[in-house]
Amino acid sequence: MTAYIPNPEKQEYNITVYTENQIGLLTRIAIIFSRRKINIESLNTSPSEIESIHRFNIVITETEAVVRKVCRQIEKQVEVLKVYYNTNEDVIWQEMALYKVPTDQIAEKALVERLLRENGARAVVIRHDYTVFETTGHREETDALIERLQPFGLIEFVRSARVMIIKDSEGFNRKLREFESLEPGQEVSENEFLNSADKVFSM
Amino acid sequence: METAQQEATSAEQKTSIELTGSQAVLEALIAEGTETIFGYPGGAIMPIYDALYDYTEKLNHILVRHEQGGIHAAQGYARTSGRVGVVFATSGPGATNLITGLADAQIDSTPLVCITGQVFAHLLGTDAFQETDVINITTPVTKWNYQVTDANEIPEVLAKAFYIAKTGRPGPVLIDITKNAQLQKFEYKGYNFCNHIRSYRPKPIVRKEYIEEAAKLINEAKKPFVLWGQGVILGSAEKEFAAFIEKSGIPAAWTILGAGAIPSDHPLNVGMLGMHGNYGPNVLTNECDVLIAIGMRFDDRVTGRLDKYAKQAKVIHLDIDPAEIDKNVQTTVPVWGDCKETLPILTELVEAKQHPEWLAKFNEFTRQEVEQVIKDELFPSTEELTMGEVIQQINEITGGEAIIVTDVGQHQMVACRYAKLNKTRSNVTSGGLGTMGFSLPAAIGAKFGAPDRPVIAVIGDGGVQMTIQELGTIMQFDVDVKILILNNQFLGMVRQWQQLFHDRRYSFVNITSPDYVKVAEGYRIPGTSVSKREDLRPALERMLNVKGSFLLEVMVTKENNVFPMVPQGCSVSEIRLK
Repeated sequence: MTAYIPNPEKQEYNITVYTENQIGLLTRIAIIFSRRKINIESLNTSPSEIESIHRFNIVITETEAVVRKVCRQIEKQVEVLKVYYNTNEDVIWQEMALYKVPTDQIAEKALVERLLRENGARAVVIRHDYTVFETTGHREETDALIERLQPFGLIEFVRSARVMIIKDSEGFNRKLREFESLEPGQEVSENEFLNSADKVFSM
Repeated sequence: METAQQEATSAEQKTSIELTGSQAVLEALIAEGTETIFGYPGGAIMPIYDALYDYTEKLNHILVRHEQGGIHAAQGYARTSGRVGVVFATSGPGATNLITGLADAQIDSTPLVCITGQVFAHLLGTDAFQETDVINITTPVTKWNYQVTDANEIPEVLAKAFYIAKTGRPGPVLIDITKNAQLQKFEYKGYNFCNHIRSYRPKPIVRKEYIEEAAKLINEAKKPFVLWGQGVILGSAEKEFAAFIEKSGIPAAWTILGAGAIPSDHPLNVGMLGMHGNYGPNVLTNECDVLIAIGMRFDDRVTGRLDKYAKQAKVIHLDIDPAEIDKNVQTTVPVWGDCKETLPILTELVEAKQHPEWLAKFNEFTRQEVEQVIKDELFPSTEELTMGEVIQQINEITGGEAIIVTDVGQHQMVACRYAKLNKTRSNVTSGGLGTMGFSLPAAIGAKFGAPDRPVIAVIGDGGVQMTIQELGTIMQFDVDVKILILNNQFLGMVRQWQQLFHDRRYSFVNITSPDYVKVAEGYRIPGTSVSKREDLRPALERMLNVKGSFLLEVMVTKENNVFPMVPQGCSVSEIRLK
């Protein structure tokens, strides 16, 4: 039994969900939050170390009591294997951001080299009309570079969802591998007919 | 007719045979032991209905009058039979008409498999005729759903559907099958039952150390109190439950969906919980020292104000669904698992005891409730009839052997409070969702689920008008359902709230009724209407003795209120008798 720790303070929680790869599962998970009017601040889906098993990384700001209940509701879904929730201290996390700025501005007015070094950024594309920088880090770091680039006519900014790895132990890995070796996952079945409308007789 | 199932298995692994997707659906239903399907045809499910034409000896299809009626009937079937209810509906409006029933089945944990037709796979997303995104519409109200676009998937997907619907905490499953998959011929390799899904654990692992801890608390308790819910019935654990309370001598009260798991007159059955439950169980919830909740989910209608709910008690919660533990009430000792497995272990560990003084307290509250509420409701001295006396008369005539299917509102509370139930699976009602219009179609299904038992649909004058078209189903299939309309010429429960909490501002609760006897006559169902006490008993006897369906309208007093009542926002111990 997990001891109940009263925690009235809301804080960021990182939720990791291991699932089968199934169409519709994203909705099934997302509505568990929207039903309770909880805003999803970041959502990432990706494969896990096991090919057929996917993982969701979801970030919300809530109390632990609410997060725990929400996680139990997620874990209850038929195609969900396991759910963990962690505070920021318990995970290694990263977000990636891209910034597009006019090349003439940045080349003429900024000390580009210093800017990049100080913000751990790198140039991904340099064209005569614009340059795209990339940086990876915590929210404060990606935010900081926005402020630095704003005076140079920042054209476009985008930040990825958060990806995180739980610090503690080897996580769910052994169990997952066991799962997979006992019963390999099934391939997702997609609609094969969307592009063959003309060839199908229907009414 | 020899079915494809038999052909495939009898022909000594004759590798495979060719079937259409539609035939494979019906083969799956037969393999799963489905006898009765409740459904309504339409464009996108026509291939399945075409296949059904050749399967009518194996599968009984009941043509309802509206898909909502179909799904409520399947719910009634599942609730009285303990089996999976099966529904057919077409795409678009057919499927959207299932939503209320799905939501009802989801919140009341009723096992259903609903099969909806869908437009051709290549038309998905084109706003085709009768296309709706059924999977996404039904996701929040299904335990699982899946769209089939290829017939090869059908046997496995249906096996999964039945397995998911009936195992663990049961619930509704919807399978949406595109028309091309229904028509598609494929190599059918027989039907394999599903008994395992790697990502799905229907029952949590039983942890004996927690049961030991629970037994310790129970053995030390001076005033233990058991609350039981539908989990006892869903888990077929009625015997295990009775054995537990009888050995430990603990008084036990029920949620509305738990009614009937042990007989109404069991000496340890102290009554109903919740907003309109009995006096003692509500007040003494806040006096017990150990609260043992079995297969129930602490609904707000049961708990009233949570911060004043059983705060003095240690709470033991037995449930199959881990998400229910600590959801509403903080548990001292959780007992995860199927109560059919956990209860015998717990019974083994508890000391044989009796709690005569504690039980006497319940009896004292019962005495007060009888004096101040029940006497006037069941044996009124007023000229006008009460709902309670109608139920009392039914108890006297049937002796508690009937299945009572109720709708939602005042009559539901009265019927559930006062109906004598000797057997389990005798009480069918819409609990969590509170779906008006549930009773009439659910009673149809209830009769198919328990054909040897009398089925009485108790309905208010509001609810009956929501699904009255199902009289057509009763007519066409000669369903032996007794329809009892308790007519107070109001939407009574809303009126009661408006009287008590909205200064008698009766806003749109005054509902008129048609001549129900004439309506029934139009459907060739015999019926009568009574409003005098001397006519009531003979009319009820006639209804219950007549062969086949019968409609009886009883005109009851207009402005009666259901008491006791825990007003909204109040603690259970603040329950009012007046």
